[in-house]
Amino acid sequence: MRSIWRTLQVRLGRELTRDIALVCLADGVVGLSFGAISVGAGLPLWLPMLMSVVVFAGASQFLFVGIVAAGGNPVAAVAAGLLVNARHLPFGFAVADLLSGGRGRWLAGSHVMIDESVAFALAQRGTGRSRAAFWACGTALFVCWNLGVLLGAFGGAAITDTNAFGLDAAFPAVLLALVLPSLRDPATRRAALVGAVVALATSPFLAPGLPVLVGLVGLLAARPHLRKGAA
Amino acid sequence: MSGLTLVIATMVLGVGTYGFRVAGPLLKSRMTLSAEVERLMAVAAVVLLTALVATATLVQGHGFAGFARLVGVAVGGVLAWRRAPFVVVVVAAAATTAALRLLGVP
Repeated sequence: MRSIWRTLQVRLGRELTRDIALVCLADGVVGLSFGAISVGAGLPLWLPMLMSVVVFAGASQFLFVGIVAAGGNPVAAVAAGLLVNARHLPFGFAVADLLSGGRGRWLAGSHVMIDESVAFALAQRGTGRSRAAFWACGTALFVCWNLGVLLGAFGGAAITDTNAFGLDAAFPAVLLALVLPSLRDPATRRAALVGAVVALATSPFLAPGLPVLVGLVGLLAARPHLRKGAA
Repeated sequence: MSGLTLVIATMVLGVGTYGFRVAGPLLKSRMTLSAEVERLMAVAAVVLLTALVATATLVQGHGFAGFARLVGVAVGGVLAWRRAPFVVVVVAAAATTAALRLLGVP
């Protein structure tokens, strides 16, 4: 742990620390709403808290609670959540090298692998900075998310409508800002655009989570170019 | 639904999600991939995140998420493209969407 912190202090810098703090704040507020909504829907107080520690993936948690609170089948709720979280499988291959350095590191690092920590890592130049960004964002978000959920679960209906603050626009804006530098590469941009179009086109018909996975066909648009070794 | 059912369901979702997360690091610690495959993995993550941006911006459930969110993300996107600081991008996106909703835009 000590070596991780040392890496962070040296590598992060003020700007990145501030950016990560902002995302933590935004996600902490979304966590508040998750806790409040879960308890407000009549679910036990401990459920959102347990779920946020064990699952730690916002979209799947909202989906799960939505289905269960509506009287849905728990098997269906689990299946829906797993489908939404399946994208972590390809994420894992993309960031695996950032988690090297002993069994403890990749066991713990895998759990804080989420959209934001992956996006922050990909947006950095150099493995050292990527590694520091991944760990800082992942661990800080884990703390903020769980703290938010805890407060929301106890605080009741304080904040249930984060849409009023436009936080539903903050999440895609965060990812967009972080992914833009990668899109300067033409092959990557082509793949990403095809993927986005395919995901959007299939969204009306497919279960949540699937359209994004189907968007991976966009890789076909990048492949011939990649094979030539252009980057 | 009983508390026990909820605990089991939560644990299954948690373990399954962790399985997705840990598979990549676990497999890659045991094998070496070619540079081409490595590069493809990185591009795959960018494709997924971009698709996520698109769906999170435009889709709610199976329908259109509304203009307030779309315009907010678009404002953030233009600012990011013009290389505005990250904080400005995110706050502008959220503030634009919140302001539009205040004005009655869905």
